[in-house]
Amino acid sequence: MSDNHSTASHGHGPFIAAIDQGTTSSRCIVFDKDGRIVSVDQKEHEQIFPKPGWVEHDAKEIWENVQQVVAGAVEKAGITAKDVKAIGITNQRETTLMWDKNTGEPVHNAIVWQDTRTDGLCRELGRNVGKDRFRRETGLPLASYFAAPKIRWLLDNVEGLRERAEAGDILFGTMDSWVIWNLTGGAEGGVHVTDVTNASRTLLMNLRKLEWDQKILHSIDIPAAVLPEIRSSAEVYGTAAAGALAGVPVASALGDQQAALFGQTCYDKGEAKSTYGTGTFMLMNTGDEPVNSYNGLLTTVGYRIGDEPPVYALEGSIAVTGSLVQWMRDQMGLINSAAEIETLASTVEDNGGAYFVPAFSGLFAPYWRSDARGVIAGLTRYVTKAHIARAVLEATAWQTREITDAMTKDSGVDLTSLKVDGGMTSNNLLMQTISDFLDAPVVRPMVAETTCLGAAYAAGLAVGFWPDTDALRANWRRAAEWTPRMDAETRDREYKSWLKAVERTMGWIEDEE
Amino acid sequence: MARNIQSLERAAAMLRLLAGGERRLGLSDISSALGLAKGTAHGILRTLQQEGFVEQDPASGRYQLGAELLRLGNSYLDVHELRARALVWTDDLARSSGESVYLGVLHQQGVLIVHHVFRPDDSRQVLEVGAMHPLHSTALGKVLTAYDPVAHSEAAEAERQAFTPRTVTALEDLEGVLDLTRARGWAADVEETWEGVASVAAPIHDRRRMPVGAVGVTGAVERVCRDGEPGELRPEIVAAVRDCARAVSRDLGAGRF
Repeated sequence: MSDNHSTASHGHGPFIAAIDQGTTSSRCIVFDKDGRIVSVDQKEHEQIFPKPGWVEHDAKEIWENVQQVVAGAVEKAGITAKDVKAIGITNQRETTLMWDKNTGEPVHNAIVWQDTRTDGLCRELGRNVGKDRFRRETGLPLASYFAAPKIRWLLDNVEGLRERAEAGDILFGTMDSWVIWNLTGGAEGGVHVTDVTNASRTLLMNLRKLEWDQKILHSIDIPAAVLPEIRSSAEVYGTAAAGALAGVPVASALGDQQAALFGQTCYDKGEAKSTYGTGTFMLMNTGDEPVNSYNGLLTTVGYRIGDEPPVYALEGSIAVTGSLVQWMRDQMGLINSAAEIETLASTVEDNGGAYFVPAFSGLFAPYWRSDARGVIAGLTRYVTKAHIARAVLEATAWQTREITDAMTKDSGVDLTSLKVDGGMTSNNLLMQTISDFLDAPVVRPMVAETTCLGAAYAAGLAVGFWPDTDALRANWRRAAEWTPRMDAETRDREYKSWLKAVERTMGWIEDEE
Repeated sequence: MARNIQSLERAAAMLRLLAGGERRLGLSDISSALGLAKGTAHGILRTLQQEGFVEQDPASGRYQLGAELLRLGNSYLDVHELRARALVWTDDLARSSGESVYLGVLHQQGVLIVHHVFRPDDSRQVLEVGAMHPLHSTALGKVLTAYDPVAHSEAAEAERQAFTPRTVTALEDLEGVLDLTRARGWAADVEETWEGVASVAAPIHDRRRMPVGAVGVTGAVERVCRDGEPGELRPEIVAAVRDCARAVSRDLGAGRF
């Protein structure tokens, strides 16, 4: 998408501004009351790779960029701070930063969610129990993905940090906290808060009480003094102290995937959204009870509006979806652009018997097998590159099916329809295939920017810009819908073959390490 | 008639020279190999460079064949690429017009619908991607026929069916409609294909200014046309369609024109 697709400013104020502090860029989008985009500004930041497996961001660069895109979006919309009723925040989840509260100086680059430097530490922390040591309290496995091991690594590796932290001079935050603290004044009175969805990704919050868990803090050896206050996802945390939106209330924070769930208006139990990008993240609303997963999913907070009871979600992620298409383009050279996968796959009627399981770095939910590696099964002389292209798209669809099956098993709720967003939704054949494999309708909303929209919605609710979630639902527009066309017998036969192919991937790596 | 254009012959010779043997050549190598003055050779090279047939290495200043030559043999735009680029803009068009949006390309003797965005109300609608529409009577078809010579010859040679009393079928009349389409940059279909249905469409161009498709809105005639005047299209819908077509063209790399 281009940086400047500010559509002609339609609609009249007032407006809501949403900041999306993402993994590769920061964006600001201004929305009108109908939930339509008025303007967008975006700026990428540097990805820092100090060692294999390490990924860092410069938090000061990120804050600079956030200020710039806010100013840019406001200018493109041709409005002023007076026209904006609230600012909403959404962010890359789990990325961890610690900074000095007196100077605002980060003590180290932010450690990004993908960073695997704490793999060994996580095994150590699991002790004799293993990776599920804190799952009952937090809903999460002990993995390098989440914030707590990253905090511990910083305390252990930045000289003098632990002493400063214990003295109360150091603050920890995920990127929502960093942006809100700076927006509301930084070292001069900035508020140090996080929301329940971001807190639910730290491995430190008790899911039921929505409070920091003292026992886990003790086990991982993190001083409570560094932690932000846990607040709801939609309430006024403070007001912007300076910049293009000075004086505007900062009124929401949601992790990016939860924001997409909110923007897709999945407000009822059993409603689910799936975001198809490089990887895929699927979240299902499970209502006011956290559902324990016995099928390899994560239990997380979906959102909490002010004083209302929290809404929980089950989350399943697929590591390789859009990146498999990129692999076909860049490594195999079978296509020139990602969109061409559909052209190639459409030249044949079916997969010709071929199945592609892209377990490039092991199998994730619901299997969690790190000893698995990718497999193309069922090859014969008959199979062409077009069949492989078809198998590539089917891989994404079957993996979606596996996650929905796990969600149904864990929650006891059948999926009625799947709301989709993300870049791969432009692929018609893929969307039809997902509908066929799930035997459920697949629906694409009219605004593709569901992540920013979710943050805007939550902020708008907090300041009364929208009265309730029903008003938000009324804004939701269906842009396209795919309905299942596959007969049950074919679907079952194909699923069986897929599962056989999945089996072939397991146990490929022996003696890990 | 038999006289050839000298500069084209020289340009062809340069391309052959760059295609054979050494892959990168300096200006003096090229001018001496072809027996041309440096100024003449440079003028031709600069033109070829502007068209993308030749590229100049910024470090050494030497010339080599450009990527455009590869694209010549494989020049059509993938329709799925077109849809991916058009997605945000067509969503926005549906929202601002309140009508359904279609994106079409020329396919055989008609318009192939490659993208469809539902009308933004709660009614049940069916995705029409893959459907074929006629060239001579629909707004999408008229746009393609007006701008794409291949579509023009298809429409001229085909049997032009009268779907409604308003369908223009005589070739001479159709040519008039196409002239008007080119003159104002958009086409309309007011109950010429389906009773009660009107549509407006505008052309999408790629970065070589080739017409690659058309985008348009379709809706009930009383909503798309001004009240009381069935022939008159609502100017805000026409403007929104043209804005969308320009935005998609810009995303495909077309400059302003």
